[in-house]
Amino acid sequence: MDRILLSHGGGGRQSQKLVRELFAKHFANHTLDQFGDAALLDFDFRTPSPESRVPQLAFTTDSYVVRPLEFPGGNIGKLAVCGTVNDLAVSGAEPLWLSCGFIIEEGFEVAALERIVASMAQTARDANVSVVCGDTKVVDRGKADGLFINTAGVGRCISKKSLSPNSIQAGDKILLSGTIADHGIAIMAARKELTLETPVESDCAALNELTNAIMEVAPDTRCMRDPTRGGVAAALNEWVENTDTGITIEEGAIPLNESTRAVCEMLGFDPLTVANEGKLLAVVPTAESKAALKAMQSHVLGKNAAVIGSVTTDNPGKLVMSTSFGTTRIVPLPSGELLPRIC
Amino acid sequence: MKYIDEFRNTAHTKALAKRIADIAGDRELTFMEVCGTHTMAISRFGIRSLLPKNLRLISGPGCPVCVTANDYLDHAIALARLPNVTITTFGDMMKVPASTSSLTKCRAEGADIRIVTSTTEALTLAHQNPEREVIFLGVGFEATTPTIAASLMLAYNDKLTNYSVLAAHKLIPPALEALLGGQLKLNGFLLPGHVSAIIGSNVYKPTLAEHNVAAVVAGFEPTDILRALAESLEQIVSGNYAVNVEYRRVVSPEGNTKAKAIVDEIFESCDTAWRGIGVIPNSGLRIREDYASYDAAKKFNVEVEPTREHKGCKCGEILQGLCQPSDCPHFGKSCTPDNPVGACMVSGEGTCAAYYRYG
Repeated sequence: MDRILLSHGGGGRQSQKLVRELFAKHFANHTLDQFGDAALLDFDFRTPSPESRVPQLAFTTDSYVVRPLEFPGGNIGKLAVCGTVNDLAVSGAEPLWLSCGFIIEEGFEVAALERIVASMAQTARDANVSVVCGDTKVVDRGKADGLFINTAGVGRCISKKSLSPNSIQAGDKILLSGTIADHGIAIMAARKELTLETPVESDCAALNELTNAIMEVAPDTRCMRDPTRGGVAAALNEWVENTDTGITIEEGAIPLNESTRAVCEMLGFDPLTVANEGKLLAVVPTAESKAALKAMQSHVLGKNAAVIGSVTTDNPGKLVMSTSFGTTRIVPLPSGELLPRIC
Repeated sequence: MKYIDEFRNTAHTKALAKRIADIAGDRELTFMEVCGTHTMAISRFGIRSLLPKNLRLISGPGCPVCVTANDYLDHAIALARLPNVTITTFGDMMKVPASTSSLTKCRAEGADIRIVTSTTEALTLAHQNPEREVIFLGVGFEATTPTIAASLMLAYNDKLTNYSVLAAHKLIPPALEALLGGQLKLNGFLLPGHVSAIIGSNVYKPTLAEHNVAAVVAGFEPTDILRALAESLEQIVSGNYAVNVEYRRVVSPEGNTKAKAIVDEIFESCDTAWRGIGVIPNSGLRIREDYASYDAAKKFNVEVEPTREHKGCKCGEILQGLCQPSDCPHFGKSCTPDNPVGACMVSGEGTCAAYYRYG
């Protein structure tokens, strides 16, 4: 690793390596080392026994560099609000406040900036969060691709226990809130590089109402994740990697739009590895899974929700899929750059 | 979904698997899937789990990236380092380790290297950037060659002077002949579907006629592959060896005559080196002299670094079906998709990549 490659930002194995071997090495502390979607914090952090502490605050940040800036189903601003809200929500927190930083290229059209900011504001109102501070920088023409946005978010921890993949147990059910791979495919089509026309829209959405609904009826929910870069394959693999449990999913149970499936088949993409921006994966104990599924299905963002698989003691550390034609296959952790700059 | 679900139907796959097991009996048989897309489909769909243990599927030299020799990549990297040059390539070439660098590393060092999904994109770049030389890395078998030939024809007709191709195209039938003359004992070939869509199925007959080997041109869905295997077994049991076409919805005996004519206008056959296998006579295509100004190898005079092979890498043997990825000391240890030692671990169609990903 002597130079940064695009794949270091792709969300796969190489990103993991960069984060662990460079950033985490230098910044190491108890909170960061959890590698959660958000840092879970409390104000008694100087007390000696970290195990007995109850987190009060969730804190996260994310930068958005998607190209094109506006796409069917959303734009970079909506994405920047939803992404950070979702990182807080899946950590079991109620998102409250956001910051946003804009890095704008000289010459950028003000009308486009206003469209994007107005859409951010609307998304924030809908998600019940406020943008409470921000920053603006302008760089020379050619030094940024129009507009980059960073958001950070703070939320209040509402889950009674910390949600963590460490609590996953054999027998638990895997719930998915709806169709997969729509965001990645919509972005690719919007780039017009493939001269591909498809009705697929990005699923970009804030998931905090959905996560609340699940936690209310399934208080023993083990963990949740919005499967963005690397898709469902990355999220599920990361949960069981280096553990003594595995996950088995049923191909036939995974919701997938016909149009999205057609594009994936044509281009040879595995929809499990394509990004989502408004989907939720949850691991719930069997006893609570029916209630959790019902709660998801009664929300507009979860109407296609399904139980797609379960946690097993077979195939420890691995994600395995039973195909619709009677075989099984390992679904590996995606690596490298499938689609650069999708979020 | 129409034309997919029909080919991924449990009842059909189970019935075909049973037919295969019944015909095969306890015969020990080895089939080679020649095409990288078949290797990937077999792994991705878990086809091996449906087959009896005594029926062995091995992968052949049909991954275009894998068989591209190191000196070609070194040449491409040398071109990428020239001022005012934009290299355009299919994505799979990016991570392949060359003698000392790779296109990915070369791009991080500042070279202008773009991944394209078609030659049309490369031509558009050439039209939009008249001050730059746009070079397309032309690798692949008969299925990809026609679009590359067509791009050169378009460039010629448009009098576009800043577009050229660094050609390393390869041909499947001479490779089959070389394999049959080697040490490997094969009972049958799953012949490539997309290559055969262009060249047709008749073209294999002279090569395969002298050998008692089953041959079926197969599609890429689970039932395609299983049906092709069942047909191959029937040839073996009856002793009536022939070139059958299972993939009839796409492949005809003559192939695509228009595409073949375009390729023939631009390219002529030549001896060429295959990674790990060596030179196979008349197994490559080079740009004809009439179009020499579009041949990047002739247009640019660059110094190419001396070729270095990667020690211990068994890509060559794996490409010839002589050993399995697990026989390579690098496999899964020093050689992974993130940090490949050999080309077979890089490409989406590479044998090692398929075995690594899908177990």
